[in-house]
Amino acid sequence: MAKSSILSSSIAKKVAMALSGLFLVSFLLLHVSINLTSIFSADVFNECSHFMGYNPLVQYVLQPILAIGVVFHFVMGFVLELQNRAARPIAYAKNNGSANSSWASRNMIISGLVVLAFLGLHFYDFWFPEINYKFIQGMPIDETRYFPELVHKFHSPVRTGLYCLSFVLLALHLWHGFNSSMQSVGFNNKFSRGLHKLGYAFAIVVPFGFIVIALFHHFNQ
Amino acid sequence: MSVAKNININLKVWRQKNAKTKGSMETYKLDNVSTASSFLEMLDQLNEQLVNERKEPIAFDHDCREGICGMCSLYINGRAHGPDTGITTCQLHMRSFKDGDTIYVEPWRSKAFPVIKDLVVDRSSFDRIQQAGGFVSVNTSGRTIDANATPIPKHDADRSFEAAACIGCGACVATCKNGSAMLFVGAKVSQYALLPQGRVEATQRVLNMVRQMDEEGFGNCTNTGACEVECPKGISLENIARMNREYLAASMK
Ligand code: HEM
Ligand code: SF4
Ligand code: FES
Repeated sequence: MAKSSILSSSIAKKVAMALSGLFLVSFLLLHVSINLTSIFSADVFNECSHFMGYNPLVQYVLQPILAIGVVFHFVMGFVLELQNRAARPIAYAKNNGSANSSWASRNMIISGLVVLAFLGLHFYDFWFPEINYKFIQGMPIDETRYFPELVHKFHSPVRTGLYCLSFVLLALHLWHGFNSSMQSVGFNNKFSRGLHKLGYAFAIVVPFGFIVIALFHHFNQ
Repeated sequence: MSVAKNININLKVWRQKNAKTKGSMETYKLDNVSTASSFLEMLDQLNEQLVNERKEPIAFDHDCREGICGMCSLYINGRAHGPDTGITTCQLHMRSFKDGDTIYVEPWRSKAFPVIKDLVVDRSSFDRIQQAGGFVSVNTSGRTIDANATPIPKHDADRSFEAAACIGCGACVATCKNGSAMLFVGAKVSQYALLPQGRVEATQRVLNMVRQMDEEGFGNCTNTGACEVECPKGISLENIARMNREYLAASMK
């Protein structure tokens, strides 16, 4: 069988979706860990942020990989969604989806779209100013600017609210996504039950961590 | 068990003249349905009423009426094979419904299962997937080896048997929000993949069956797990994971 048809098969797409999702999961873990330091120490947070902002490996290798990973994941998500819709041209007059599956599992495209919209806001908030500071304005290195920038962003109650809402949707995305990706890569055995618990814990703890950070800085100014 | 009684029901049934015409949901009233009758007997009763009214009876699939052939389909009140789990439609009884209920009856909805007439769909896409690899090539010249001559671990034999219980009814596709056939194909791949006799053609089997599945226009699995809940034979999601592993291994070869 031709390799090209293997790569475009439904299973290959599932696996690609799972691997890109898991990659983003690992990134989230790193991201929340760094941000959590901002609650305890402005200095540690500044130090970590400066490292992430100026280390060449992070900047020129990991960041592009991350960007590609995000784009790949949501483009593939749209492709799959369109194919799946096409597989049922006539909808049921009555369909009781909640009888056999969770809301989170049936609405990955909705939770995903909210996360995508959030990413837009997030880029506008942090990434564009960063690019502007470093490359457009060519401003000098300032290892202490990160913490004030962070705190400033959470001044607005609207923004803080939007962040928190997005993290709830992220939690729903991960509630299904983490365990779904295990099944997609073919991991379903006697360890799965324990791993599922870990998946659910991750889906709650990581977004909850982001929520705590947002609320902490909002109320602590 | 409670004593049987008679109930009056309303039905909303998909009517479609043939594969080419557009169909629609039609409403019927049916009185004096015994709660002891099966769902299909209720449809027989409705058809008698329609025939007496000189109307076209409703076409629906059925054969064994004892849960083994997989012919009876029907999406009832928003669920494949109706409200109970672990059963086919022929095993559904009217005691699951109440007097005055409105019951929706629709055909399986999938691009790969086109409606032929009313509630009858064409499931030959499943046959074509089977023909693409759901078999073992054995010499049937009379010199076959006794199957028991090959030792098989009990665990594997049991898993294979469980997968082989799939009756090809299509409920998994019908209930899946993506119209995916992965539970069916996962079961058919697994029943052979677990046995030494099936290993011989394992690589080509999984590649060919998945290719055929994709060509038929089934959707992509997103692991909602709805299929496993609605499957009348309790086929497990493990079979989909096994198929994914088989596929990944086969595509490396
Ligand atoms: C940090 C952000 C994100 C993380 C950590 C993440 C993680 C995941 C994971 C682990 C899966 C499961 C893959 C599988 O079922 O095998 C998944 C599925 C999915 N994601 Fe995301 N995701 C993120 C952002 C997005 C975005 C922005 C979209 C845009 C629409 C999106 C759309 C989807 C869809 C539609 C699925 C289901 C596809 C399927 O199961 O076949 N995700 N995601
Ligand atoms: S896997 Fe279950 S629901 Fe799907 S065709 Fe087989 S028996 Fe029917
Ligand atoms: S008619 Fe055979 S399984 Fe229902």
